[in-house]
Amino acid sequence: MQQTNFIIEVQNVSKYFGEKVALDNINLSVKKGEFVTILGPSGCGKTTLLRLIAGFQTASEGEIRISGQEITQTPPHQRPVNTVFQKYALFPHLNVFDNIAFGLKLKKLPSSIIEKKVKGALKMVGMTDYELRDVDSLSGGQQQRVAIARAIVNNPEVLLLDEPLAALDLKMRKDMQMELKELHKSLGVTFVYVTHDQEEALTLSDTIVVMSEGKIQQIGTPIDIYNEPINAFVADFIGESNILNGVMVKDKLVSFAGQEFECVDEGFGENMPIDVVVRPEDIYIFDPSDAAQLTGKVTSCIFKGVHYEMLVQTTTGYELMVQDYNYFEAGREVGLLVKPFDIHVMKKERTCNTFEGRLVDENHVEFLGQEFECMPVKDIEPGATVKVEVDFGRVILQDNEEDGMLTGDVNFILYKGDHYHLTVRSDWDEDVYVDTNDVWDDGDRVGITIAAEDIRVMQ
Amino acid sequence: MMKNLLAKGYLWLLLALLYSPILIIMIFSFTEAKVLGNWTGFSFDLYSSLFSGGMHHSLTNALINTFVIALIAASVSTMLGSIAAIGIYNLKSRTRATMNFVNNIPIMNPDIITGVSLFLLFVSFGISQGFTTVVLAHISFCTPYVVLSVMPRLKKMNPNIYEAALDLGATPFQALRKVILPEILPGMISGFILAFTLSIDDFAVTIFTIGNEGLETLSTYIYADARKGGLTPELRPLSTIIFVTVLVLLIVINRRAEKQKQEK
Repeated sequence: MQQTNFIIEVQNVSKYFGEKVALDNINLSVKKGEFVTILGPSGCGKTTLLRLIAGFQTASEGEIRISGQEITQTPPHQRPVNTVFQKYALFPHLNVFDNIAFGLKLKKLPSSIIEKKVKGALKMVGMTDYELRDVDSLSGGQQQRVAIARAIVNNPEVLLLDEPLAALDLKMRKDMQMELKELHKSLGVTFVYVTHDQEEALTLSDTIVVMSEGKIQQIGTPIDIYNEPINAFVADFIGESNILNGVMVKDKLVSFAGQEFECVDEGFGENMPIDVVVRPEDIYIFDPSDAAQLTGKVTSCIFKGVHYEMLVQTTTGYELMVQDYNYFEAGREVGLLVKPFDIHVMKKERTCNTFEGRLVDENHVEFLGQEFECMPVKDIEPGATVKVEVDFGRVILQDNEEDGMLTGDVNFILYKGDHYHLTVRSDWDEDVYVDTNDVWDDGDRVGITIAAEDIRVMQ
Repeated sequence: MMKNLLAKGYLWLLLALLYSPILIIMIFSFTEAKVLGNWTGFSFDLYSSLFSGGMHHSLTNALINTFVIALIAASVSTMLGSIAAIGIYNLKSRTRATMNFVNNIPIMNPDIITGVSLFLLFVSFGISQGFTTVVLAHISFCTPYVVLSVMPRLKKMNPNIYEAALDLGATPFQALRKVILPEILPGMISGFILAFTLSIDDFAVTIFTIGNEGLETLSTYIYADARKGGLTPELRPLSTIIFVTVLVLLIVINRRAEKQKQEK
């Protein structure tokens, strides 16, 4: 059977909390021995997914299999997985030895074997001689080691880790990352690791699963995810990036930031609107010369330890982030260059807002739970279901939510070099995408207005 | 200086007012005078006659009843209250707030109302009043206090440790016994001691539920005795002993609470 290649299979799994969709049709297969990281911002559903695999919650829909066995409804104590929790969750009334032996004692193993296993686990996490210590007397890092030992001592087929390093300070976190990676290698157990820290994900994983809003955005190796982000969300979330609107002029030629560039991408078609991602470290910065593809002026320069991070305002009106070892002070004229293979082209998910709607009469159309005035529609019967299109730049946002025809919350902000691309979750629970030059904050409450002449109604 | 002296004087006056009644009883428990207020020299006679029993058989009986009732009531309400606290803790926050409020009402409710309503309840169900009804009544007014003293332990607990136990292969019941129970045990002990002292202390509820089969607890015995005219002298050493016992228990509870605070 082909399925046995995968130790964890999540199929069409959805999870609802009342009305709220926490996970939306998740499909994920994890190979035996893999180190998989589920990465996403808080509230994206990554912890929920882990809890479904651990069995602390059950899926509303879909199926989860471990080692080919269907375990969707199996209670946690009967699953061959163990979990390391974010806040360690050690048993405070037990000492280090008894914490680690907890699982083994439940299995009624002879005490000589328990002792051997516990000592082995402690050695593995570098905590030999700590057996009799009270868990409260340990530092955060030590407690997390004990928590890891407590999980791995049971020889689970899968080790689930829920942001295990989030509570540790930076130095300790770096050390533990290395140790976890070592541990993974020596144990050969499948690790499923949940984090919101993209750097951690890139460092540790064989495979990264990027999640947002209960959906999987992209699955791939760290290199794939970093170099070939599938959409603007992934590009923005993983590392620093310049994301710009562009047009694929033809194969291997792309136009963005007011300039045409050679690139390596093909097959998008001619004059196709696309998104371009250029990592700040992939832009060469130097004194203006003939080699420059773009020229501009440095507007700010921040020392970041290894490199300088500079913002450059190009003469074509775009702002780009550039990272370089050399210092170019604010106000200096510079030239910029991007190599063809450093330009990543992404298909646009959409080029304008599209809504399902209903034509009310010749001059009115209903969508987003609201009736809008529109230009006279001649050839469609009133009452018919219609497609409504609105360009990103034609949606007007207002500070005062009462001024808008409908209201919503700013949900996701993407800087596109010369404007912001916002995702506004309307109260109708449909997203409205907006291009604007105004600065909004994540979570802002806004009024949304669309003028009659900007509404295109189609059958 | 003057201000300080006044403040201290006020404090001592207050303490004297609070404790002089009990002090008087304690002092006069060491003399054998029949009438309270007469000092006929120091003696342990009242203590020895209290324990020799014989002529005060009914008092000893009342004492035993009181402790047996308190022990049963405190044990049962500790069990019920702890289970209830775990249940309430696991409710959704809205329902939890409601349940906490519902739990607090009996605590606020005047004892006399609780007594009368329990009396009516037993009568309307045709339950004959006696030992069982007193125990039931005491369980019912002690349980909310146990809930109240277990709840903070649950709130303090890392909610993941229950899941961690399940994750390591414990059944829900094993997780409850091996992880949750040790965590809330201090709260349960405090709750038990509280329930125990409340039960010993209670008069208002007891008098309405004790019936007229001749069952007496300490409080009803003393009440009846006082109404017959004059308190039995042996009540003086008895009160002293009970007071000291309760005092010790209170110190134990407070010490525990302080220790827990320090641990945090």
